[in-house]
Parts: sequence; C-alpha cells; structure tokens
Amino acid sequence: MAEELEFILSQYPRHQRDKLLPILNEVQQAFGYISEASIAAIGQYLGLPTSKIYGVATFYDNFRFSSKGKFHLRLCRGTSCHIAVKTKLQETIEKTLAVRPGELSRDGLFSLELAPCMGACGLGPVLSVNEEYYTQLTIESFLKLADNLKSFSN
Amino acid sequence: MISERAQIFRQLLRQDAQLPISAHDDPEGKLGLSRIRRERISKPIIYIGMGSCGQIAGAKKTEEALIEYFNIRDIDVEFQHVGCMGLCSQEPIVDVQLPGKARISFCKVDPDNAADIMGAIFSNTVPMEHILGQHHTPYAEAWSQVPFWEEHRFFRKQKRVVLANCGILAPDDIEQCIVHGGYHSFIKVILGYRPEQVCNYIEAVNLRGRGGSGFPAAVKWRTALNTAGEQKFLICNADESDPGAFMGRTILEGDPHKVIEGMAIAAYAIGATKAILFVRQEYHNAIASMNKALKQAMEYGLLGSDILDSGFDLTITIRISPGAFVCGEETALISSIEGRRGMPRNKPPYPAEQGLFGCPTVVNNLETLAMVPSLLAMYPIGQQDTVPPAVLGTKIITLSGKAVNQGIAEVPMGISLREIVYGIAGGIREDKAFKAVHLGGPTGYCLGPESLDLAFDFDHLRLAGASIGSGGITLLDESDCMLDLAKYFMHFLVNESCGKCIPCREGTARMAEILEDITRRPRHESGHETLERFKGVMQLEDLAAVIKDTSLCGLGRNASNAVLSSLKLFREEYEDHIFERKCRAGVCTHLRTYRIDTDKCTGCTLCARKCPEAAIIGSTNFPHFIVEEKCTGCGICFETCKFVAINIL
Repeated sequence: MAEELEFILSQYPRHQRDKLLPILNEVQQAFGYISEASIAAIGQYLGLPTSKIYGVATFYDNFRFSSKGKFHLRLCRGTSCHIAVKTKLQETIEKTLAVRPGELSRDGLFSLELAPCMGACGLGPVLSVNEEYYTQLTIESFLKLADNLKSFSN
Repeated sequence: MISERAQIFRQLLRQDAQLPISAHDDPEGKLGLSRIRRERISKPIIYIGMGSCGQIAGAKKTEEALIEYFNIRDIDVEFQHVGCMGLCSQEPIVDVQLPGKARISFCKVDPDNAADIMGAIFSNTVPMEHILGQHHTPYAEAWSQVPFWEEHRFFRKQKRVVLANCGILAPDDIEQCIVHGGYHSFIKVILGYRPEQVCNYIEAVNLRGRGGSGFPAAVKWRTALNTAGEQKFLICNADESDPGAFMGRTILEGDPHKVIEGMAIAAYAIGATKAILFVRQEYHNAIASMNKALKQAMEYGLLGSDILDSGFDLTITIRISPGAFVCGEETALISSIEGRRGMPRNKPPYPAEQGLFGCPTVVNNLETLAMVPSLLAMYPIGQQDTVPPAVLGTKIITLSGKAVNQGIAEVPMGISLREIVYGIAGGIREDKAFKAVHLGGPTGYCLGPESLDLAFDFDHLRLAGASIGSGGITLLDESDCMLDLAKYFMHFLVNESCGKCIPCREGTARMAEILEDITRRPRHESGHETLERFKGVMQLEDLAAVIKDTSLCGLGRNASNAVLSSLKLFREEYEDHIFERKCRAGVCTHLRTYRIDTDKCTGCTLCARKCPEAAIIGSTNFPHFIVEEKCTGCGICFETCKFVAINIL
C-alpha cells in the first residue's frame, strides 16, 4: 500500500496545494477509501497539516474514510427516486444489513452510500450493488436481494 | 506527430470552414468519407445507446445477447456505441442500419426480445411494437409505414441544436464528428476573427448562461478579455448536482467534441490558453468519453500549440469534482480547484477579473458552452444582422418524476409549460391527476396547474416569481405530498450548505426541523402542540426571508424557494398536516393509518412476522388486525402483503 501511495504521489512532482484534491481522488480510486496513514503521507508530501487535509476532504461528499464492504450498495437519493418510494426503503436497508450510510457493517460485508441522483429517473428507486443496477426496487424485492447477497457470502 | 490522415482532415477543415465536409471532398475515396458518414454501408450496423441511462436500464446485457445472436447465425455486423437520444424511459434503445435501408430505432430491447426483433428486421419485416422511428438516412430506402423518430410525441415539439448529435453519431469518432460539421465553427473563428469580434457576436446573439441565472455570457467574456493578465483560464462547469438534472452528462457522453469545440471558442474569445473541465466524479462514463475525445482532438492537432498555424494555443484538462452542491457557484468552484473547501466568497472582484490563482477566469456552464458552436453554425459572424432580435435559443430540460416520457429534451425558449408537460413529457403516468411541476432542483420552484400556460424562458418565469433553474423538470401527481418534497429538498440543502453564512447553515436546519415537526407523530395529542406547529409554519416564512436576505451565494438565497412556493400554492395541504394530522397523498408515513381488509386477509401471518413494532395481531388462517397505538406507519406490512389486503386510509 505504501508503495502504491508513493507512486501516486510521485505523479504530482510539484508539491502544490491545488493538487490536493486530485491526489485524494486518486488515493480513493486506488484503495477504495482514504486511510489515516495516507492522509499523513499526503500531508507530508504537500507540506500541509493533516487537520487541514481532513478539513478539506470531509467537506466533500465523495470521499470516504472507511473501506468498502464486499458488497458496496449505492442508493440513489434523487428527487424521482425519492417520490417513487412510498415506504421506508432506506431504513429497511440499514436495518436489514446493519449498516449506516458512509459506513461498513461489522461483518465487513456491506457498505452503504447515499448516491446523488444517478440520472435513471424513469426507473426509480435505483440501487446499485457493486455497479450492478437494480431498478424499481420495493422493500420486498430488496429483502429478496439481501437474502441472496447474504447466502452468497456464506 | 500528426498522422497523414489527420493532416488531410485538417486541410479539409481549413478549406471548408463553413459547411460540413461532404463525400465530394474525397473523390478517390481515400478517406472513406461515405463510410464515415454512415452512408452507402456494406455491412449492417447495430447502434446501441450506451449512455449511463442505457447502461442502468441494461444495455450491456442487451449487447451481449445481440453479439451472441449474430455469432450463432454467423452474420457479420458492426457494433457502434452511441450516447443517449434522450428518451431514457425507453432504454435500452438499439438502432439497426441495413445496407441500402434507412436506419431504424427500436426501444426497450432486452435480452429476451432482442432475438425476435433482430430476426424480424433482418428478414425485412418491422416489429411495430418496439419501433421508436426511422432516421433520414441519405442514399437509403426508407421503411414503408414506419414513422420517423422526429414524429414521436417526445421529439415532435423539440428543437435539437445542442443535442443534435447525441445518440446519433459515435461520440468516440472525431472524423465522424468533423464530417458532420464539428470543429468548423472553431476553425473559422480562430482563422478569421479577432477575440473582440467573437465577444461582440456573443453579445449580439444574446447568449445567456444556462446554469440557472441567465447571466449574459458576453459580459463575463468581455471583462476577462479586457482584464490584463499573463494567464487566463476558462472553466467549463459540468458539476451538475441538482438531483434529476443530467443534461451535462448526456452531452459529454453523447457528443464530447461539441463541448471541446465550445470551450475552445470561448477560450479563444477571452484570450485563455488553459481550459479546465470541472466534472462530477460520479460521471465515470462521461469522463472516459471526454478523455478519449480530448486525446483525439490532440492527435488531429485541433488542440495543443499553434492550432492550424493560427498562433492560438490551448490545452484542456479535466478536473474531477469531489462532490459538493455548492461548487456550482463559480467562486466556490474556483476555490475547490485551488485545493480548498468549496466555499463561495464575496463578489466583486468577479472571477472574470480575479479568479483561479488570481488570474482572470471565466466560468460557464457546460450547456452554455456547447451552445456556442451551434449558434455560430446557424448565424455566422458578420451576419448578426440576420439574427432575430433577442435570440433566446434553446434550453435543455430533463423530465423526471411522474412523467410518461422521461429523459432529456431540448426545447425552444418560450414554449409553454403545457406543451412540455402534456406534449413532450406525455402527461402523467397511470392517468393520475397532474398536481404540480417542480422546476430546477432543491433551489427551484413549484408551479401549479394554473401556471401551465406560462412561457418557458428566463424572463417570463422570473415575472411569475419562478426561475428556469438548471432545466430539471419534475412532474408531480396527486399521490405526491408537497410537504414531503419540501422536506426532502430542505434536508438536501442542510447537507449541502457549506456553512460559511450562519443564516443558511442554521436556518436551513431549523426549517427542516419545522417541516419534520409538521409531519411527525403523534397523530392525536393534547396541549399546545398544534399551536406550536402552526407557529412553526409562520416562522418558516420569516426564517426564509432572513436566509434569503443574508446569505452570500445562490444556495442560501434560493434555499427557501421550494418551501415557500409550495406553501403559497398548497397551503391547505400544510394545514391538513398541522390540524387534521392527515397527509392526503398518503406519503407522510407517520400520519398514515393502515387497516387490514378482513375479507381479503387470509391470515398468512407474513405481515405480523415482518412488523418491526409487533403491532399486528391475529392467529394463523384468521384475519389479522393492526393495533393503531403501536403502529408507526412504516408501511412494511403494506409492502409485504401478497393479497393486497392492507389499505392506507
């Protein structure tokens, strides 16, 4: 991991502040999340205190600070998906999988992310599991999907 | 190094900087222009809509099924990925062009019906139920009794200028783009006109920002041009974060070269040699498509240094937005590119004077920039006099919510909302009653049925107290609750408020709280709670006024639009929630009452087992009952019941 991080950093030869967000983005792409260790390394490289980096990174929605689960779920929270849901879909997902948005479940299987509008407004509600899309989701079809995912992981 | 082939295209562009390049330019057939133009083809071409919407709808699976179909039958076909035509609700869309026949589009092609559709069309019969329409293919025979796609209800009232190539041409083929008129405006401008002339032109055609405010682009451009500075920047804002607005993504995926061309013309007009595309991180496909397009433009010498010996240099880089709604504001966007928290700052100095790294910077919305080459092609410079006064052009809208036809459309400014709602969008799904239309995202406005005859353009909507916004249009029907929607938008803004101005940071949170209070249990209560709630609504208006007056940027200033406009139009609905404790649309789960229809209930016990509050009682094979005091209205029983025995009162 350290080597890969070093490689990413070496692609930004000028140690400048405006490279912070591209670096953070690339680190997240490579590792799936931004770890404390990588924040420290980036801070050292750019000459920025880690508190500043953390301050900038937490401001934005797309950075996550815990690793993704084996199944990474993204629930669309666009307007259309919102009005298409007549029930507590999000709560059901959180309860069934024991995971909160932006976090990882204890067994490390599931992570949930509330995605901004995915732009498939005609097909809402939309949920993606590891980039595979499930459209027009209901609580029932979700529970079935959850059972499948759980049995698959066993 | 520019390849020989690219050199020929550059030469053609230089000579023919007005008209699209035709097959006449290629008498020996060396370039294969006829093939590039998709005329006189020798083997069938299958076009698959691979925009993000198509992919979510399952276009990849459809493609696999098609590949298998043709492999088994040993038919030699060419596959071509295209962007989205706009009718997202009918995806996956697959077009077929047989040699000598017009290209024809089919909608909702999934792996199950793909073989039937292909079988029919390859034996020259047209499966009518999947027809979207046929295209005007030159030198090809049209299918008899098949309507053209422009005649489809969704497309009939549209005026496709910026979207003209989306879903039609291959986004990853610069040659195809050039022969269809791409890069002509740019080359003509840099070879024949000075930057001032371009700014004058943009002023004459009255190009206004498509991002929402309708600010004249010429003002920004001219300021940046006239401000001295060693380095100037052009930023194309493709960080569209309004839920339900995805016009930028569609253009980037379907016609990236138009964006490059628009950016290049704007950069030339303001004297910038560096341009940045600021694009949302989620737009993986759009970023990939743009990267490919930029690489091609470099290879063909249409970007880089001394473009076509004009002395104009330009590099375009992509910056990925880490995701913050407020970064749609130009100063916040600049601050984000500089590597800081994306917070807006005071203006003046305007970015056009002092922007990115202190240099003159113009920030334009992607749609505004994509409009530029099309305008130049329609009304060439020097002929501004022929331009009708106050050309308003077109606006790209996205249709979502309860519309029959959902997707992205381009309409002439000034079209009535009624034509959009009942014409292009095709009305409301399942024949429900139309309730309201919400324009723009969380900072937008809702309009009721009485406003449907309003003209959809900047000025008329402003007069009516609304705004065109990003162009996202959400249709709502009788089963949607305005409070729930207002609450949803408010929570969105609470999350996205950057926190710089206290009235916005705290005020939005308080407004969300008031709305939560109105829609929360208990349903029956004693004491002053009703009064408190009503006081809340009155405070809502005051609070909204304060936030509007005291916030720095558009997010805060428009934060209360959604709530206030729905409060104005649907006050009764608010009062229902407050006093009657009832949500007439049945959306606010806390205020719902469920009842089990004893005639339909078979006593399967499923609902009782799923109920998280153990509020359902009953024994096996006998009708069940809901204990109202325990019920929280979550609706799980309603969703799980297989016999439709549970009703919402």
